[in-house]
Amino acid sequence: MDVILTSEDKVIIEKLGSRLTQCEKVKTNLIPILQMIQEELKYLPPEVIKMVAKYLEIPGSEVYGVATFYNQFKFNPPGKNPIKVCLGTACHVRAGDIILENFERKLGISEGQTTEDREFSIERVACVGCCALAPVAIMGDTVHGHMAPSKVEGLILRVQVEHEKAERERQKIESDRQ
Amino acid sequence: MKKQKEKGKKLNPIDNKIIDEKFGAIFAEAQRRKKERQNNSIPKIHIGLSTCGIAAGAMETKTAFEETLSQRGIEAQIHCVGCIGHCYAEPWVIIENSESGFPPIFYPQVTAGKAKMLTKLYLEEGDPRLEHILGAMEENEMIPSVWEFSRFSKEKRIVMDLCGKIDPDDINEYIAEDGYSSWAKALKSPPDEVLKQVLGSGLRGRGGAGFLTGKKWELALKQTHLEKIVICNADEGDPGAYMDRTILESNPHQVLEGLALCAYAIGAHKALFYVRAEYPLAVKTIQNAISQAMESGIIGKDILGSGFDLEMDVFQGSGAFVCGEETALILSMEGSRGMPYHRPPYPAERGFQGLSTVINNVKTLAAVPPILKNGASWYRQTGTPESPGTAIFSVVGNVTHPGLVEIPMGVTLRTLIFDICGGIPDKKKFKAAQIGGPSGGCLPEEFLDTPIDFDSLIEAGAMMGSGGMVVLDEDTCMVDVAKYFLDFTQKESCGKCTFCRIGTWHLLSILQRLTIGEGQEGDIEKLEQLSHDIKNGSLCGLGKTAPNPVLTSLKYFREEYEAHIKEGCCPAASCRALSAYYIDLDKCARGCDACVGCCPVDAVFTTSNRKKGIDQQLCVKCGECKVHCPPDYNAIFRISPAHLAPIIERPKEENQ
Ligand SMILES: Cc1cc2nc3c(=O)[nH]c(=O)nc-3n(C[C@H](O)[C@H](O)[C@H](O)COP(=O)(O)O)c2cc1C
Ligand code: FES
Repeated sequence: MDVILTSEDKVIIEKLGSRLTQCEKVKTNLIPILQMIQEELKYLPPEVIKMVAKYLEIPGSEVYGVATFYNQFKFNPPGKNPIKVCLGTACHVRAGDIILENFERKLGISEGQTTEDREFSIERVACVGCCALAPVAIMGDTVHGHMAPSKVEGLILRVQVEHEKAERERQKIESDRQ
Repeated sequence: MKKQKEKGKKLNPIDNKIIDEKFGAIFAEAQRRKKERQNNSIPKIHIGLSTCGIAAGAMETKTAFEETLSQRGIEAQIHCVGCIGHCYAEPWVIIENSESGFPPIFYPQVTAGKAKMLTKLYLEEGDPRLEHILGAMEENEMIPSVWEFSRFSKEKRIVMDLCGKIDPDDINEYIAEDGYSSWAKALKSPPDEVLKQVLGSGLRGRGGAGFLTGKKWELALKQTHLEKIVICNADEGDPGAYMDRTILESNPHQVLEGLALCAYAIGAHKALFYVRAEYPLAVKTIQNAISQAMESGIIGKDILGSGFDLEMDVFQGSGAFVCGEETALILSMEGSRGMPYHRPPYPAERGFQGLSTVINNVKTLAAVPPILKNGASWYRQTGTPESPGTAIFSVVGNVTHPGLVEIPMGVTLRTLIFDICGGIPDKKKFKAAQIGGPSGGCLPEEFLDTPIDFDSLIEAGAMMGSGGMVVLDEDTCMVDVAKYFLDFTQKESCGKCTFCRIGTWHLLSILQRLTIGEGQEGDIEKLEQLSHDIKNGSLCGLGKTAPNPVLTSLKYFREEYEAHIKEGCCPAASCRALSAYYIDLDKCARGCDACVGCCPVDAVFTTSNRKKGIDQQLCVKCGECKVHCPPDYNAIFRISPAHLAPIIERPKEENQ
């Protein structure tokens, strides 16, 4: 695991360290603590595992063992546009795996990974509770129902176009300022 | 554990009058608010805003209503409710516009555009646009009602009665519908009274195994030397079921009331909801419900003056299927890996941190308030003698009207799938119903007339499990379905038992081989042998039931396995390695380009006479071209084994 912490990550970790001291030092709190951290940081880098272990006075391997047992905890930073493809039963029988494959192909990463620019990440999830719209993919907070391979490209393109637009505007503002 | 103060011991209160007074005041206030709403003649727009509704765009619909209402200066009240179970209709709204003279009307698939249109035409101009309605919510002379539609009329709602009718975030709406009346009543009588009714009702746990709820509570009650805790199991790990979450999102207070009644019956002063952190809306809704109940004094200290204390909290589960199993659930709450341990001792004897622990499913608990309100014998009037009450299924897959359905136990699959849920779309044939998720099985057509209850499903080799039901049509490969579930259980096995950990892996790898045409003579026997060994060699329900999808599909669809092995053929032409798409040149229209643009890998090429062909080397078999081929031509076919697809040469000049 060679995750490189960004400077923002480091600031958050620092803050979390002080929030940690408000939690009672009992093992029952391990999962709630990890959840709190992940909520802020979106993933659990090795530094955090060590920090929690030290605080609860248990071996780091135990913290890591518990964290990896559960699907909720992530060890890679998610992309700015996390893509979740539903592979619940209903989505599976309506070919959700093909949707997943299309995202993987278009972005050149496989599920569980993040693109190098940290723009996109792909994850598979089980039933997101709208099987009537199967197959389903979630991008950011938006659920896209009745997905089709041909919609995949459009979704990614839309994000990229918006990104470029924002970038152009930022540059414009900057050049105006100068 | 520190011993809790035993002031909650005043279990047979003489202060019934105080309870009546306190609850009476709460009830009267809730009633007053309800009347006020009803007497207000401005139109009401009810919108379903649980996860499924939001996914389908209900938030945009709501915004569109709000904006249009304010632009046009129309006064109306938007009422956010939970899920009504009719997921095929999402996003739906019910509009009450009494001044127009029409009864409340149910509109399905109300997009933002439709919302604007309805605001203008119905709310402003009084035309309900009948072409957009599903039906009226009550019988009337003017327009057909939804009750003529068997998706509505054949359901029997006990647990989900208020889902989609009340605002889940407002405790008063629940109380106004007689909510918490069972709780107030119970507090006036000794705890055995609650237990007696639950025992008498024959209520069986809806978490999967169907254990008698009253018996479980009785065992806990006997642990007089221990402190107690009750837990609502809302882990819902089945990858294709969502009813527990929907109930929590739509009517959390009924579950909360059931949990409180359970606590009272066994003498627990602490109650917990175990909800997946991945269900943020359910977590938020239940947290809000708890704090509202605390504020009203319905839970907390000296509840309604009865002297009974009850503390409630939420624990967010971290998403491991096995943590739905009760002993694993307990370990995960203690901060460990959720690996089931041997029972006995049952959690009721020694559970969470050594406390006597009762764990019940969401649906089980939600059935308790109606039972106490109407009595055990009333509950027994629904369902079968051995499985009283209702069953809640999330019916999804290849079915016309998917969603949540609550029906009496003992209704047949045929009624459920064909009458209530509208059968299979696109004139396809029914193939199987997968019931009970990863622990369940696939039941073929022969079982359509079997009544559904706990015991008949087990007899058929499936089980009630979570209550997830996936309807499969003729295009589904049963080997692939079995592989899907094994892939899930293999990943979710906690690894404690060798048979479950390694056995499921071997099962999966055999199934994987079959679906890519590398099956061998003897594979079926191996699958059977391994399945039995895994069942026998596993400690918890996960391993004991993991082979069910394989065993049932082998039992009822053996010929499909044989075709995969002997002929490399997938009869449903669904396994990608064993099938191919091809274009029938006789049907393909010259110059039509529909399939070209939609292909994600540019596998479609133009032939020398301007028709289309598929490059089998490039094709990833996603089926997009088949979807896009205009119905007039319908020129694209799928065939298995793959080598049967006619070969169409790609013209040389284009080949680069
Ligand atoms: C692998 C496995 C997963 C389970 N998942 C759930 C679940 O998600 N929800 C649930 O209520 N019960 C689940 N159960 C059943 C529980 O162990 C337990 O029997 C149930 O919560 C008891 O509640 P009931 O008596 O109301 O059914 C699961 C059992 C096993 C073996
Ligand atoms: S299976 Fe994908 S939403 Fe339910």
